[in-house]
Amino acid sequence: MPKPVLEIKNASLAFGSNTLWSNLNLEIQPREVIAIIGANGSGKTSLLKAILGQIELTEGTIKLEGKPVGHGSRLIGYIPQHRVLDAGTPLRARDVLRLGLDGHRFGISLPSKKAKARVEHILGCIDGFELAKKPIGELSGGELQRLRVGQAVIGEPDLILADEPLSALDLQQQKIVAELLDRERREHDAAVIFVTHDVNPILSMVDRVLYLANGQFRIGTPDEVLTSAVLSELYGTPVDVIRNQGRIIVVGTQDHDHHPDEVWH
Amino acid sequence: MVLFDFSNYDQLIPLVANSLIAGALLALVGGLIGIFVMNRDMSFAVHGISELSFAGAAFALLAGVNVVLGSVLGSIAAAFIIGALGAKAKERNSIVAVLMPAGLGLGILALALYEGRAANKFGLLTGQIVAVDDPQLAWLTVICVSVLVILAVVWRPLNFASLDPEVAAARGVPTRALSIVFMLLLGLSVAASVQVVGALLVLSLLVTPAAAALRLTASPILAPVLSVIFALVAVLGGILLALGAGLPISPYVTSISFLIYLVARVIERVRK
Repeated sequence: MPKPVLEIKNASLAFGSNTLWSNLNLEIQPREVIAIIGANGSGKTSLLKAILGQIELTEGTIKLEGKPVGHGSRLIGYIPQHRVLDAGTPLRARDVLRLGLDGHRFGISLPSKKAKARVEHILGCIDGFELAKKPIGELSGGELQRLRVGQAVIGEPDLILADEPLSALDLQQQKIVAELLDRERREHDAAVIFVTHDVNPILSMVDRVLYLANGQFRIGTPDEVLTSAVLSELYGTPVDVIRNQGRIIVVGTQDHDHHPDEVWH
Repeated sequence: MVLFDFSNYDQLIPLVANSLIAGALLALVGGLIGIFVMNRDMSFAVHGISELSFAGAAFALLAGVNVVLGSVLGSIAAAFIIGALGAKAKERNSIVAVLMPAGLGLGILALALYEGRAANKFGLLTGQIVAVDDPQLAWLTVICVSVLVILAVVWRPLNFASLDPEVAAARGVPTRALSIVFMLLLGLSVAASVQVVGALLVLSLLVTPAAAALRLTASPILAPVLSVIFALVAVLGGILLALGAGLPISPYVTSISFLIYLVARVIERVRK
């Protein structure tokens, strides 16, 4: 067995008396894709923030490539939820990719042949040559999220964290961005943690699901976890999982589709 | 009353040599900082900082200590209050709106108690001609060069953090520390600008040139270059025109700055 990219051991997270999850153990192998699914306030985004070192676990440890996580990492590529970027920022699509490559380094960004070649390569990967010179304020939602995938992989990360990157996109764009992410993570040998409220657009690429609800969780393949029996037990109320034409529909959880309380701070 | 009279211009120029050097330095700083002010949606904060900077300068004048120092202390205090309490744009705006009249009021109090030359008083609010003496120029130079050096060091990660704080933080960019550094740089730039264009008109240096540049280009290299050029034209042009009239420089600086912005908008329109 290869060394895991990410090791979460005996992790618990509580805010006051509200325990989001406890005794979470998860090892993510290179190239593995994990979907984190769950209700509002079940701690999906909090888990991502813990991996990014932005909140501390109440108990337990998280190790990235064998080392305790710090405040962010060069080994991580991050794809955020879609939101409109400010048109007041003087950057074009190609500049956003460049920031993914060396935006963390101090100093002024000087022209570099190597960096330019890398940006061109990624532009090709995301089918983005026609976007290259567009100001970011003028990109459509789908274009921006394709660019985000490119920005996340350009630094050759070991782990990609994706926080609802498909929300606010229409179905067609969801499909395009999800397929792009799948291709790119294979190309770059990255593991993926994908936080989502809807597993369907990424169902074909997901190896395992981490389902969070009611302070508990289940981990397993989609077929093991996304069943009426497992989810009914997890929620403590009858839940129906319906499979229809390759799509999975969960009925009876009263979860909402959108996550107004999980904005980034 | 004449707005321009250039008959003895050659004799006047040496008198404003200090102002011209100070103006060029400020234009460089203002044009560059302005780009980040726009990125980070801080235009209104700049105004708030400048009022507290004015209060600091006014109290320094009253106490008979260095005015630039007072100005710097006032604006850094404001920058930190705004930075610490106003992480989000909405909160920030209300904090700025609260600080602004408080600073202006305190400053006016200090000026009312001050019994020295009236021109000193008015200059802090609206700027003045031939105002920059040698020690003041030395201060301004130290402040501006420090800002430029630090800005060059943090330029790239600051750009990343301004575009997309969460992605930058995930990549290990110290976004919080960068915000503090930026507020410090902004405070220093405002304090320096207050000395020349006055507290009420700082925005014409720190916001208008960058706003005009962003109307014309989305290139991360061309935008700051244009912004600096616009600021230089406004400040140096303003000083030279004011000289011919014997009036304060700020109406000239602000008018040129505003005209450039209008032209930029027209060009943007025509292009589309």
